[in-house]
Amino acid sequence: MDWLLKATTPAEKILVMFVAILLFAGVMAFILYVSEKLPRWIPAVGFLLPAVIMLAFGLLWPGLRTIFDSFRDAAGRKSVGVDNYVTVLTNPDFQIILLNTLAWVVAVPLLSTVFGLLYAVLVDRTRFEKLAKTLIFLPMAISMVGASIIWKFVYQYKPATANQTGFANQILVWLGLPPQQFLLNPPWNTGFLIVIMIWIQTGFAMTILSASIKAIPDEITEAAQIDGAGSLSTFFNITVPSIRPALIVVITTIAMATLKIFDIVRTATGGQFQTSVIANEFYSQKFSQGNNGIAATLAVILFVLVIPIVIYNVRQMRISEGER
Amino acid sequence: MSEEIKYAIVDTVEPTNAKFSDDPMFRKERKLTRAEKRAIDAKGRLSSPWASGIAILLALIWTIPTFGLFLTSFRPEPDIRKTGWWTWFTNPNVTLNNYEETLFGSSTGLSTFFLNSFVVTIPSVIIPITLALLAAYAFAWIEFPGRNILFVAVFALQVVPIQVTLVPLLTQYVNWGLAGSFWTVWLSHSIFALPLAIFLLHNFMKEIPASLIEAARVDGAGHVKIFFRVLLPLLMPAIASFGIFQFLWVWNDLLVALTFAGGNKNVAPLTVRVAELSGTLGAKWHLLSAGAFISIIVPLIVFLSLQRFFVRGLLAGSVKG
Repeated sequence: MDWLLKATTPAEKILVMFVAILLFAGVMAFILYVSEKLPRWIPAVGFLLPAVIMLAFGLLWPGLRTIFDSFRDAAGRKSVGVDNYVTVLTNPDFQIILLNTLAWVVAVPLLSTVFGLLYAVLVDRTRFEKLAKTLIFLPMAISMVGASIIWKFVYQYKPATANQTGFANQILVWLGLPPQQFLLNPPWNTGFLIVIMIWIQTGFAMTILSASIKAIPDEITEAAQIDGAGSLSTFFNITVPSIRPALIVVITTIAMATLKIFDIVRTATGGQFQTSVIANEFYSQKFSQGNNGIAATLAVILFVLVIPIVIYNVRQMRISEGER
Repeated sequence: MSEEIKYAIVDTVEPTNAKFSDDPMFRKERKLTRAEKRAIDAKGRLSSPWASGIAILLALIWTIPTFGLFLTSFRPEPDIRKTGWWTWFTNPNVTLNNYEETLFGSSTGLSTFFLNSFVVTIPSVIIPITLALLAAYAFAWIEFPGRNILFVAVFALQVVPIQVTLVPLLTQYVNWGLAGSFWTVWLSHSIFALPLAIFLLHNFMKEIPASLIEAARVDGAGHVKIFFRVLLPLLMPAIASFGIFQFLWVWNDLLVALTFAGGNKNVAPLTVRVAELSGTLGAKWHLLSAGAFISIIVPLIVFLSLQRFFVRGLLAGSVKG
């Protein structure tokens, strides 16, 4: 039965997959069969137990464990108090990482939302609306690994004497400017990585904002236009206030995704050239440096930073639901 | 099942769909008249041709990066090394060698990882959805002590970033001797998907009128029957939405796969391998470009063919909350 744990051939892998699915189906069928015979609320126990056990084992307990580990040394052997936190907050190398993360979390939600909103307004009721929207939305389906490679190719550098193969540098050459090492020079390289995330998230912002723009009753916009409001005035006085709840949801959702950004940095630069961010440094600290304490500390910092965004998001959602 | 229930189901199909009829993207019947009216409106608007032009232009700019790499993946290796992809239009050479080498060549061997991606993804979609359906049913339709507290707790767990959980989980898997197998990847993905899945499916279930469930109960239907006969057909759109979400999420994931299967080429999915190649292959763009597209193609097909459900899930998840 070795192949159950160490499937190597394609046939074995597919077999393991089916075994897993059948096993799972069997357990589910058993739970359903038993719970059918039980009275009142007792079946709820059977329905909830698998999920609750998994959540306790996979989210609750590891979360608490990581908080505990963040107060211990690299190997997790002895307590070091708040030393790890002091290191992360005061060491210049880590400060660059924190600043980079801040740049990401400020720039990506704002710019994605602005682009997404502009695009949603611009494309609304035009002839190619559906096609244009699909093209903008497409990067959402592409993995961040794939997106990073796509953009690494755009950013490729060749010396000025050779033919450029990266499109960004070719544009510079066409404009008569010298080609640049986009991903090598801090702090601008972080900016060029941020572009990748904006490229991905704009489609998300556009989709949600476009739906809520279309939900604004035509009568309101028409009334404004009859009253003599121009396009700009209608946009700022009617459209933006009407979709405020959706705007906040979009910004906070993108902010949460950006805070945990890992794939792009990992694939495009590996965190070199001062481009690292918290989530990437967490991975390097644990799996390259073997420093469990610092890794745990970075994870906890991520956790702490996410909480206010979530609370704000939930509160806004409550408020907008109350208004409805 | 009695006739009343069948009628009731037919009746409730409308109100459940009505959830989306607020949202123009899903207005099917009424969309036609609305769209026509808008087309007439738009003709009268001066800015319309300009807006169309700018919209198309921006969409093209957005697509250029992807298109450039796509074109590159079909160009012969010497061409890629010496010239940019835009020169292809004056010098159109096409080859499939890059794909062949990337899939079966010894330095990349992506075909193995392609299969791994499927084996990783399929159970990671089925398992959390099934578990979440059960849990959501219990939360929505069975009164039990502590129901609200438990539901809020599950909801709150959405906050936990997966980074916080990775190291202790990995340690546990190593202790169990399961590390580096498909089982840990499936289990981890399922766990991470559960809070959102339970929350979303619970919201959808709550939309179904209680009278329908009551009627089925009066007819003597048990939980299993109610679930499969009454709820499941009504929930199919929600399940499809979340299913596509989870599929794209798992297929495109790097962090979880890297942590739990990173070192094992028999388990690691495409993303892990392609990210690794991005570092090691450096300038071998004929392999990297083909590799990137091999990893992108499946989610792209899923997304393009099921876009409607995907957008619906997005709106349900973030706007309806």
